[in-house]
Amino acid sequence: MSELAIDREIDRSKMQVSDEVAIQITNMNKWYGSFHVLRDINLTVNKGERIVIAGPSGSGKSTMIRCINRLEEHQQGQIIVDGIELTSDLKNIDKVRSEVGMCFQHFNLFPHLTILENCTLAPIWVRKTPRKEAEETAMHFLEKVKIPEQADKYPGQLSGGQQQRVAIARSLCMKPKIMLFDEPTSALDPEMIKEVLDTMIELAEEGMTMLCVTHEMGFARQVANRVIFMDQGQIVEQNEPEEFFNNPKSERTKLFLSQILGH
Amino acid sequence: MSDISFVRTEMLPEQDPPASTVGLIGWLRENLFSGWFNSILSLVSIYVIYVILSGLLSWAISPTWGAHSLNECREILAGLGREGHYAGACWGVISERWLQLMFGFYPPEHYWRVILAFVLVGVGLAPVLFDKAPRALLWFTPIFPFAVAWLLWGGTIWGPLVAMAGFVVGYFAYRFVSGIAGGLLGIIAAFAAPVIWWLFLAGPVAGALGAILPIGIEAVESRQFGGFMLSVTIGITAILISLPLGIVLALGRQSNLFIVKALCVGFIEFIRGVPLITLLFVASTLLNIFMPPGTNFDIILRVIIMVTLFAAAYMAEVIRGGLAALPKGQYEGADSLGLNYWQAQRLIIMPQALKISIPGIVSTFIGVFKDTTLVSIIGLLDPLGLSNAIRADTNWNGIVWEIYGFIALVFFIFCFSMSRYSMYLERKLQTGHH
Ligand SMILES: Nc1ncnc2c1ncn2[C@@H]1O[C@H](COP(=O)(O)OP(=O)(O)OP(=O)(O)O)[C@@H](O)[C@H]1O
Ligand SMILES: [Mg+2]
Repeated sequence: MSELAIDREIDRSKMQVSDEVAIQITNMNKWYGSFHVLRDINLTVNKGERIVIAGPSGSGKSTMIRCINRLEEHQQGQIIVDGIELTSDLKNIDKVRSEVGMCFQHFNLFPHLTILENCTLAPIWVRKTPRKEAEETAMHFLEKVKIPEQADKYPGQLSGGQQQRVAIARSLCMKPKIMLFDEPTSALDPEMIKEVLDTMIELAEEGMTMLCVTHEMGFARQVANRVIFMDQGQIVEQNEPEEFFNNPKSERTKLFLSQILGH
Repeated sequence: MSDISFVRTEMLPEQDPPASTVGLIGWLRENLFSGWFNSILSLVSIYVIYVILSGLLSWAISPTWGAHSLNECREILAGLGREGHYAGACWGVISERWLQLMFGFYPPEHYWRVILAFVLVGVGLAPVLFDKAPRALLWFTPIFPFAVAWLLWGGTIWGPLVAMAGFVVGYFAYRFVSGIAGGLLGIIAAFAAPVIWWLFLAGPVAGALGAILPIGIEAVESRQFGGFMLSVTIGITAILISLPLGIVLALGRQSNLFIVKALCVGFIEFIRGVPLITLLFVASTLLNIFMPPGTNFDIILRVIIMVTLFAAAYMAEVIRGGLAALPKGQYEGADSLGLNYWQAQRLIIMPQALKISIPGIVSTFIGVFKDTTLVSIIGLLDPLGLSNAIRADTNWNGIVWEIYGFIALVFFIFCFSMSRYSMYLERKLQTGHH
């Protein structure tokens, strides 16, 4: 796995972890049929944290962060996001989802809408923002991800990296408190990975609470304040990036790191 | 080793493509005469087309528009020295009977009502079908079905107005009940209240209003409907209602609610498992058995309901195909933004699923429109039913090709327009390159 160099200074002045809890997962279990995919997950995320989740394929990383906005349903335990417990109550679920932004490996932009419409849809329909205001916000975030000139194009006309940045902008338009990333760069070519990572770094610099499933260990080292290693549906090890990479405790982590960093 | 380094010192100017690849010659060479085998195929095909067309045209070009019977046609043709079994077409039957083929036995002094009705259909649908139509027409879209029904059947104006009021009743029932008892009961009330209104209250209310304020136009009985006007009435109604009904059924089939899902699957599979003609027989005969004696449930209405249900079942499956073709990511994208179920369906899922299903939907439309000819079997006088009546006339006894040819041509025009429209729509909705 490549370790893309991050060749710029990171401004850490606003990267501060507060005492307030953003996400609280306690004793969470999940099964697919009889397959125990998540086992006794306990995780507390404070506001302003930047967490990278790593682990081998099939270890349940995606499933775990998808439980946080209930794209997957957990069967045991408790998940509280921004003070709201996720139960089968649809109102709570929609509320949590509108506070939590998510970026997917395959972008999941809406191909029948223009870039601008992709970005204004949820603010207009979920937040009931007036169209004009929603469009201004959308242009603001499109400028932030550096593609305002593509606003009237359709997703199919953009490169992968551009699409992923639109997807990030689309989430940001909802002014989320937490952002989830599920392998946002895995479907991209190296140059595009860099532009998407840059966008994510900027987001971190502004103090966004972020959970990222990614194989970009450079990002983990420089941006994350905590790295979580998962295997077989469990959290095996978590630590500050420095310690995690230089001094892994568990055998599984050591094996994983040796494979992924190619030592 | 040779020198492989190369630097261009002069840029080449743009040139026209060689003449042999553009223009008529270029086109012919590329499309018809590329290689000896294709050339032979082209020549053989051209010869076959020539043989067919020359036979057909020498039959079709025949100065018999003024004839009043088959014998007169034969005399005209014999006078021209054209003898034999297929000496020429006898177009007199079309010029004499085309109005009947169009309007059936609708009173000729009221033909304008039919024409106006179909113009109104056009006006009402224009803003839905074409971007360029003025948006202001949209307010007319929900009204035109009632206006059209009133024009066609006539009678008191209170009938369609009271029928329209059913939707208002449904709306208020929803507001009222959902306010008290929650969303699901509200939706049930929104369906139940109008049905109760239509079944039990609409008739007396319309009658009472008609007695107070008798405004209306002369009523035309369903028996008098016929020809293409009947086919188009049944076809368009079935098409317009089956699409939303099909969407609801397709969504119901995907629902997590067991009862909703079971009902939809049962309905779809039952209707698809039964030939349309059976349903039409049920409409024409059996249904009366279940009705309270003395009720007069209009035969055309019954047929429309059956054809609509039939079309809706097929529509549901076509749309389900479109839904299945959507990547799961689209649902997740919509969910992750906090859109609720109906918003996601309306804004994200359906626009894409319907777009994918356009060819299938339009095929179903065309099929429904052509299937309206089956109503001739239960005694309605659609163009095919009329053709039998015309051929039974002693004047025209023995005529076949002219009538069927004419009917086929009109059907073709309708169906071909639909198919062209679907291609226009697909092109218009094309976004990006995947
Ligand atoms: N819908 C499903 N039904 C059944 N099993 C599933 C389903 N989705 C995922 N799984 C299984 O659950 C396990 C965890 O999947 P998950 O997608 O969370 O892994 P991951 O850590 O994200 O892997 P990757 O790095 O490949 O994305 C895998 O073994 C997978 O096969
Ligand atoms: Mg994954």
